[in-house]
Amino acid sequence: MLNVALPKGRLGEKVYEMFAKAGYECPAILENSRKLIFENPEKQVRYFWVKPSDVSIYVERGAADIGVAGKDILCEYEPEIYELLDLNIGKCRMAVAAKKGFYDDGQRTLRVATKFTSIAAKYYAEKCRDIDIIKLNGSIEIAPILGLSDVIVDIVETGTTLKENDLEVTETILPISARLISNRASFKFKTAQIEDVVEKLKAQVKYDD
Amino acid sequence: MNKDILKNDEKAVYALRSLFRQYGYLPFKMSKFEEYDLYVKNKDFLVSDKVITFSDTNGKLMALKPDVTLSIIKNGEDEPGCKQKVYYNENVYRVSGSTHQFKELMQAGVECIGDIDCYDTVEVISLAAKSLELISPDYVLEICHLGIIEALLDACTDDSRLKSEMTSLIAEKNVHDLKKLCADNGIAESASDDLCRLAGLYGDMNSVIERLIPLCTTDAAKAALDELCELKSHLTSAGLDKKIRFDFSVVNDMNYYNGTVFCGFVSGICESVLAGGRYDRLLTRMGRRAGAIGFAIYLDLLEELDRVSTENDVDVLILYDESDIAEAHACANALLAEGKSVSVQKAIPKKLRYGSMTDLRKGAK
Repeated sequence: MLNVALPKGRLGEKVYEMFAKAGYECPAILENSRKLIFENPEKQVRYFWVKPSDVSIYVERGAADIGVAGKDILCEYEPEIYELLDLNIGKCRMAVAAKKGFYDDGQRTLRVATKFTSIAAKYYAEKCRDIDIIKLNGSIEIAPILGLSDVIVDIVETGTTLKENDLEVTETILPISARLISNRASFKFKTAQIEDVVEKLKAQVKYDD
Repeated sequence: MNKDILKNDEKAVYALRSLFRQYGYLPFKMSKFEEYDLYVKNKDFLVSDKVITFSDTNGKLMALKPDVTLSIIKNGEDEPGCKQKVYYNENVYRVSGSTHQFKELMQAGVECIGDIDCYDTVEVISLAAKSLELISPDYVLEICHLGIIEALLDACTDDSRLKSEMTSLIAEKNVHDLKKLCADNGIAESASDDLCRLAGLYGDMNSVIERLIPLCTTDAAKAALDELCELKSHLTSAGLDKKIRFDFSVVNDMNYYNGTVFCGFVSGICESVLAGGRYDRLLTRMGRRAGAIGFAIYLDLLEELDRVSTENDVDVLILYDESDIAEAHACANALLAEGKSVSVQKAIPKKLRYGSMTDLRKGAK
């Protein structure tokens, strides 16, 4: 039985669709219920919905053999897993944004508000820029408006939220998309099944060019 | 002695010790502390660079040992033609993976230091396979040759920073990002293709070697490939080939390790329980003229095997009161003579799981 952790929400539904088209369907999952675990014994697969940021934890600790997580989560937590495939969906980018017209003269400690403290710290450390990280859990965009921070580091999809709050992207840190990840030990003991999933999912991936 | 009473890690220690002894490895015992200096100088060799330190009575900065290998190297002497073969079984103190807290971890391992050749490599890898077999027959041992990875990285770039970025992608089997990184840095397509193909290599020894041949074009790569082929034939004739795979995502730190590196997994444990390899470079850095190969087993992880226990804590719970101690003794001794385990209490402990109960208290009679 292959245990698959899917991120709850819109992205997870898209991901499940890819799995179903790849021949790993589990019709029970589409029934509207409060259940969290769904099994298709015939296909030897068991799905469960977890919070998107927790997928890598389930996979790293072996509660799930494979799972799908955003590159943002993987960069932030750096779990010891295998990253087997770029699904090329859920695309967005990690970016630095600031109030329109903000200019960083490099003279003072830069105040950075973010949910992704480790990505932000690493990015600025590479640029040798001294920063003060302000960890927030949501509504990051409000921080520069209220003067809590100079810039924010956050996920930008279309940029509409930024625009509506009079903010703009100043730098892109990294592009993000959903990745298929695998537990390292599971990969050894369920090699054939995991490789089969990877091959069949690969055929489902739609590339841009 | 009843071996069922031993926990998994204790059983393993027992079995491993006799295995290592059989192969002529002698015990190495060390104290809990070592001078902090030793670890600072070789920080990168340690799994984690965080060490618990304290000042001893004359003000010297000491550390609770986070590692055993460095102490073994420090205390050995070079003897041409000979090898120092030791095993150890020690507690080490370091930050453990996912918890980011200091932990006391039980570790066992072997080191073979000196005039090393292919015989020793095969011996140590066989010992690793046999050690895993003792822990669980459902195991996998994966071997990688860093020489091949180095040769293919050299063909791509001279930039050491880029190389280390590539190495971490190889460790993640992340072929898609590796390809992108190569393209972004303007690396020739043929070199990048070879590297990506190498990162994806995984499987039994024969099939991987077949796919390796077209990738190994430089002299360095060919020499490493020859070593792998020789290793394969020895391991196959030792009958160990079924559980051994070649996997090029096994990349330990290349500043210390060189040549063959390996790690082992057993079914039911979510991370590798065994890791090791050839580390001549560490010896050179510590001023010794010798080669070395060894591995460590992380015994604390064995706790994860059969975590759920359904058994009772004791067979019989005996309840007594102070007025008749002699009767309690007699009752307990009779049961112990039958080979049963007993817990003698004045009241029923809340969390104790027991098979049956004998109540000797006055009120009960």
